Amino acid sequence: MGLFDRHAGLLEAYRDVRTTGYDPFQIRMERVLSPTEAIINGRKTLLVGTNNYFGLTFDPSCMEAAIEAIRAEGTGTTGSRIANGSYSEHVALEKEIAAFYGKKHCMVFTTGYQANLGIIATLAGPDDFLLIDADSHASIYDACKMTQAEVVRFKHNDPKSLEARLRRLGDKPGNRVVVLEGIYSMLGDSAPLREFVDVCKKHGAYVLIDEAHSLGALGEHGRGLCEATGVIDDCHFIVGTFSKTLGAIGGYCVSDDPDFDILRVTVRAYMFTASLPPSIVASVRQALRVVQAKPELRTQLWNNVATLYDGLKAQGFILGPEHGPVVGVHLPDRMTAIGFWRAMLDAGIYVNVAVPPATPNGVSLLRCSLCAVHTREQLEHMVEVMTGIGRQFGVLPSQPELRVAGARS
Amino acid sequence: MLLSTTHEMTVANDGMIETFTRVRDVSRAEVIREICHHLEPYQNGEQPIVGDTVIAKDLTIDSLAIMDMVMELEDRFDVSIPMSVIAEIHTVNQLADTILDLSASN
Repeated sequence: MGLFDRHAGLLEAYRDVRTTGYDPFQIRMERVLSPTEAIINGRKTLLVGTNNYFGLTFDPSCMEAAIEAIRAEGTGTTGSRIANGSYSEHVALEKEIAAFYGKKHCMVFTTGYQANLGIIATLAGPDDFLLIDADSHASIYDACKMTQAEVVRFKHNDPKSLEARLRRLGDKPGNRVVVLEGIYSMLGDSAPLREFVDVCKKHGAYVLIDEAHSLGALGEHGRGLCEATGVIDDCHFIVGTFSKTLGAIGGYCVSDDPDFDILRVTVRAYMFTASLPPSIVASVRQALRVVQAKPELRTQLWNNVATLYDGLKAQGFILGPEHGPVVGVHLPDRMTAIGFWRAMLDAGIYVNVAVPPATPNGVSLLRCSLCAVHTREQLEHMVEVMTGIGRQFGVLPSQPELRVAGARS
Repeated sequence: MLLSTTHEMTVANDGMIETFTRVRDVSRAEVIREICHHLEPYQNGEQPIVGDTVIAKDLTIDSLAIMDMVMELEDRFDVSIPMSVIAEIHTVNQLADTILDLSASN
């Protein structure tokens, strides 16, 4: 058996995808023009699939901070924090993130993936228990492959399902660590965090929440779902990323646990990888300041969410369960999703296509992510384009119902 | 419900092993029936689903759907099957035995 033979099924599916024209998994942006536009296939394309929630990738103050840092400290650190030392800016960034959450400790990672992988795999040891939401991100599942703890899944966003699993553990010794996400990345739905926290308290379980998609978007100060639901103090570990709202790359974990820093010499995903370069650290520090100084970006983001979500819903599209910075549009099957995606790209709009096995319950989705700096006109145009394609593909009824003007007030 | 009954009978009865074995036999059929019920939508043509059916190979079910089915079975029989254990299960019989072993140790 050849090395690649076991991927035969996947290769075949991938070939199907590619025969439709473009390869959604190898899209090339010939030139990125702004947080919301790029040249793709030679034409100016509206970007609605970048996770760039506040549009900070082109924020002048963040860009300047990065440029200044390169001039001052060079392009890279060329080594890991434990072997080659930290720069003062790494430490300053950690202090600022800890202060942002009102927590005592923070560890910064080179990617958000590594933050989840390292923290989750290491926190729970051989006699402990990890309880994860069924729709968890791949980084959480990968951590579960690395951990020595016993891992059990509970039903997505279902505190009762978690409670049943905690109850079944009875009085078995060992720590219980429950892993949740603020906003789930495929359908944009958020966790019933307060209910989850109540269950965890009742059963003495630690709570770890990944705020990757909710940082900036949720809470009065943009700290995420933990702030929006008033349970920051009950979340023992908060993980997040710099690659979405903060417009760069990297990850973090904050905690009040007095022994938290021991993780710096036990988490391999932290120890054996190069640290973030000065430019990234600088732009992230500035982006965090912008998030705190400009709450209007959050308002703009949610206004844009409403324009897209409500616009698509009014046309009859089947969407994720609630407003969120990610809007998942359900399509009947994989090939329809890929054809729809391609038609949108031809019309100058880029979104993500998500098909099994990357999606929960085997659904096929167009995954749209909003940006605070999308204009209302851009999004209304997008609803119009998607409605047209939806009718062509038979996803929406082909004849719009005749309505009396003003009847739908 | 089945398992609380099992538990009560086991506790209440002096001839514990005998009772346990008898109840266990009944439960096994029940567990297998329940597993087969969940697997029916993934049946491959006319090939019947039996104890030796290799779940991931003989049926059209993918790994995520297997894990979702396991969650349903967990709640039905009030057991939790760790992910590392699921990874070692291949056949319907093995899945049934795992559920029975776990419920017996509860």
